[in-house]
Amino acid sequence: MIRSIQTSVITENIKEMCIQANHYLSKDMDAAMKNAVFTEKSELGKKILNQLQENLKIADEEMIPICQDTGMAIIFMEIGQDVHFEGENIEDAINEGVRQGYTEGFLRKSVVKDPIIRENTKDNTPAIIHYSIVPGNKVKITFAPKGFGSENMSRVFMLKPADGIEGVKNAILTAVADAGPNACPPMVVGVGVGGDFEKAAIMAKQALTRNVDEHSNIPYVCELEKEMLEKINRLGIGPGGLGGTTTALAVNINTYPTHIAGLPVAINICCHVNRHVVRVI
Amino acid sequence: MDKYIHTPITEEITADLKSGDYVYITGTIYVARDAAHKRMMEALEKGEKLPIDIKDSTIYYMGPSPAREGRPIGSAGPTTASRMDKYAPTLLDLGEKAMIGKGKRTKEVMDAVVRNKAVYFAAVGGAGALLSKCITKSEIVCYEDLGAEAIRKIEVENFPAIVVIDCEGNNLYETAIREYCMK
Repeated sequence: MIRSIQTSVITENIKEMCIQANHYLSKDMDAAMKNAVFTEKSELGKKILNQLQENLKIADEEMIPICQDTGMAIIFMEIGQDVHFEGENIEDAINEGVRQGYTEGFLRKSVVKDPIIRENTKDNTPAIIHYSIVPGNKVKITFAPKGFGSENMSRVFMLKPADGIEGVKNAILTAVADAGPNACPPMVVGVGVGGDFEKAAIMAKQALTRNVDEHSNIPYVCELEKEMLEKINRLGIGPGGLGGTTTALAVNINTYPTHIAGLPVAINICCHVNRHVVRVI
Repeated sequence: MDKYIHTPITEEITADLKSGDYVYITGTIYVARDAAHKRMMEALEKGEKLPIDIKDSTIYYMGPSPAREGRPIGSAGPTTASRMDKYAPTLLDLGEKAMIGKGKRTKEVMDAVVRNKAVYFAAVGGAGALLSKCITKSEIVCYEDLGAEAIRKIEVENFPAIVVIDCEGNNLYETAIREYCMK
């Protein structure tokens, strides 16, 4: 049945999600960060992980953003095909939510209007919005503000089919090793395998929004996620990149059909402030 | 080893800092990141004076979130230092003595650190709320139009940092990783 949703409701929700995501870590990330304190072997690594625990506590209690890079606003909109939006156009409504959230929430405005001229837009808009049309009459919003320390360390590899799964593994390890301390480890590694150039990258970003305690439901991908996490944690990079056994908290891999001639692999790296908030309206 | 140091960070101080030392910094430091560094370089190219007192200065690569009422600053963790690699050797040669950031540096920066007996510290990336508590005062010095990228002068108290590159050119990012690498 067709359902009408006022776009002002979307604005209000996005605004709240901006503030929520930047002050409180999601439960899955919080648990992974707490667990890392116990499993880390390096003394300095443990000290850093304890500082990060203290940081989360201060962010929560005193409403100071977890990280000063409160990110570019990345939003996945899964819109039920039986939804009818009323009010101003949906894109403007989303950006208005970002504008209000970043201004009223004392969040940093980190967006420049033009990549070369580089004048700050002063309200953190525009957001980067990925729409998909899904069955039903609800709207699922995933808000995942992304810091660029880790974003800058992300990679796309256009592998050959002959490279196979070993090629995928090498690509992931290369990206993580190159990222090292720059990506604020312990990191979360989002991987997209298959599709085409941009599909792989979007899958990698979306993989970061999957809870870190959940695995792929494809058996070989699930195994690959576990194997890569173990291998990454043997690189020695550690918390803050200062040596240790906790380099990543999770490797989340998404896949999609691809062309007979290709094997695209995208690796989107996120720091330990892997923010993702989901609401269904 | 834990060490407590005060700014200005001079050659006498850097001579005593070893890669891997955990330090607590107290005193006055400057805050500048990408756009501010670019403008400082443009000023130098035009033969103008730098807007900051560069001799024995410490520059923290950081762009804070806005301060809530009653606070000196918002969240205030380090940004990736490699983006300042293009500018750092010039500033080090002019007298900058310490840099605080996170992440790897180029060989040119490492050489400039050794040449000038300077130091590169890492602060913990993503600990912006915690680090903001060590900042007691903040004022904008110049380039206010750059917003979060303006140059600030801040007072820090027991600001925690780790010596990554010391004045002899030892690099903790290389040595520490080797210790835990199990390839």
